[in-house]
Amino acid sequence: MYVRARTWWTIFRIGVEERLVYRADFALGTLMRFLPIITQVFLWGAVFESVKHVSGGDRVAGYTYQNMVAYYLLTMISRAFSSMPGLASGVSSQIRNGEIKKFLIQPVDLIGFMLLNRIAHKLVYYVVAIFPFAAVFWICKDFFADWPAGKLVEAGWSSADIMLVYVISLLLGFLLGFFLEICIGLIGFWFLEVTSLLFVYMLLNFFLSGHMFPLDMLPSWAETIVDLFPLKYLAYYPAAIFLGQLGPDEVITGLWIEIGWLLMFMVLARLMYWFGVKQYSAFGG
Amino acid sequence: MRGSAEVVSRLFGCRQQIYNRPIMAIIEIQGLAKSYRVYQKKEGLAASVKGLFRRRYREVEAVRGIDLQVEAGEFVAFLGPNGAGKTTTLKLLSGVINPTRGTATVMGHVPWKRENNYRRRFALVMGQKNQLWWDLPAQESFRLHQQIYQISPEDFRRNFDELADLLEIRNLVQQPVRELSLGERMKMELIAALLHSPEVLFLDEPTIGLDVIAQHNIQQFLKYYQEQRGITILLTSHYMKDVAALCQRVVIIAEGELKYDGSLAGIIEEFSRHKVVTLHLSDTQSSGDIRSFGEIISNEHPKVKLRIPRNQVGQTISKILATYVIEDIAVEDPPLEELIADFFSQVSREKNTAAGNADDQGGVR
Repeated sequence: MYVRARTWWTIFRIGVEERLVYRADFALGTLMRFLPIITQVFLWGAVFESVKHVSGGDRVAGYTYQNMVAYYLLTMISRAFSSMPGLASGVSSQIRNGEIKKFLIQPVDLIGFMLLNRIAHKLVYYVVAIFPFAAVFWICKDFFADWPAGKLVEAGWSSADIMLVYVISLLLGFLLGFFLEICIGLIGFWFLEVTSLLFVYMLLNFFLSGHMFPLDMLPSWAETIVDLFPLKYLAYYPAAIFLGQLGPDEVITGLWIEIGWLLMFMVLARLMYWFGVKQYSAFGG
Repeated sequence: MRGSAEVVSRLFGCRQQIYNRPIMAIIEIQGLAKSYRVYQKKEGLAASVKGLFRRRYREVEAVRGIDLQVEAGEFVAFLGPNGAGKTTTLKLLSGVINPTRGTATVMGHVPWKRENNYRRRFALVMGQKNQLWWDLPAQESFRLHQQIYQISPEDFRRNFDELADLLEIRNLVQQPVRELSLGERMKMELIAALLHSPEVLFLDEPTIGLDVIAQHNIQQFLKYYQEQRGITILLTSHYMKDVAALCQRVVIIAEGELKYDGSLAGIIEEFSRHKVVTLHLSDTQSSGDIRSFGEIISNEHPKVKLRIPRNQVGQTISKILATYVIEDIAVEDPPLEELIADFFSQVSREKNTAAGNADDQGGVR
């Protein structure tokens, strides 16, 4: 066990070092993440302005302007955990160019290796990104002026309870995002090119994860469809917990369903890897 | 004697067993075959569109039944033209791919079962981006190998020091791998492969693309290391120099079949039907009708080079000596490169005719 932990630690450490090599790319990538939020702030500002003009209300689908901007800021955090840039495409290109051989020859597991590597990348990202994130949230602190509020507070949850569940939902979002994308990457064992598939995934993700708008804005029939996908856990769900859009029962059930999805994709990734290697060694190589 | 052997065996338990074990082949290959399915596409857009709906595949037999036994401590070279099946054989033996037919064991393990116990005991060097982290100093990749192969810190230190000194790269291990030259990168690949002291090493074209000096360095290193450690090495190469410098045993693979297995010198016996005879005529002697004795390779008076069938060498030379005034005479085998190149081109000609026939018959599934 100790030996294993040492191996994991080394893989993790190397992942961190590798990440630190590309400083400029990294800094730029971190900054770029904040650009869309500016457009969102202005866009929704205009929407709420015109709603006020037309109907005199200050809410859209139950969201105030403050809520809405807060929601976008929070999905940024969700996605800082759940998005996996380059994971699926990386795995499939490793399969295509034969680098995957390494994992057939050396006594190291591909999925475990990738997971540790990704944790390392994420942690480096957080360490650096915490400063711009903190700055943005400080600038936008007015949007969170009435926190904690919403259904969880009404049900008697303390801010600490909410934070705990929020953090759990972020961590689960990370794992779910990882195993989802690794499964897509492993499709590369059967189809050499997964780029277009990945594009479809990203498109679905954009709409169904709540990255584009809060999912509870949808009409109920559409929400039923969204509920069939695990994608809502990647952006909408943590933000909704934080903002108190969901009641205690919904939160707890949701977390269990998310864990169910996570386990399913973990098993699926294992199976795909197992069958994929079988396929690879039979036809490719 | 018996008593002392027992003491030794008690002291070194397992080691004694290894020495007492009847000598058996470390690599045993029987009837090993591998065929691939290759997507066939005819030229042009129409064919591409057609390919979307109905794909034509062709079965390519990369390896068609190889039998081979390698004893522990042997250094064996696989020679063969491109696409002969050398690399496929190494992939089979390292467990990257499963065979279509046949069996193989390496150190008692079936490679394609990919057991961790097997993985810790061999190494494969194939290409240059195999084991090293491109953006990090090689040192980091070595540390990672220390962990995944569970090398103790002492062994790691000792192995690394030895390898770094032999390959003279100590001052380069801190540099990102992408900044290293091709030759330096290959050295790092070798170190990464050898840190865990594998008992069997598979090398696929270890000197490809390297300049003469780098090639020589790698050769010297492999030779020394193999002799010191007594490990078993299977190497594929295009460079006869590699093979001549390193391997006592040469296996020629062409068309996925084993065409020759023996010493390098033996190749000449097997494939050479001619000898090269160089005559140094006396100055006054004209070469005259010398072509009647054999095929002339070059004729630069007073030096004449003739190709003479092996079985007629003695006879012909005595005739020449009777006819001409000769100052000097040398009888040599043709250069090895030439022999092997001839053999390969002969094989590929046969292949082309065979392939032509196969195409006529379709060969489509």
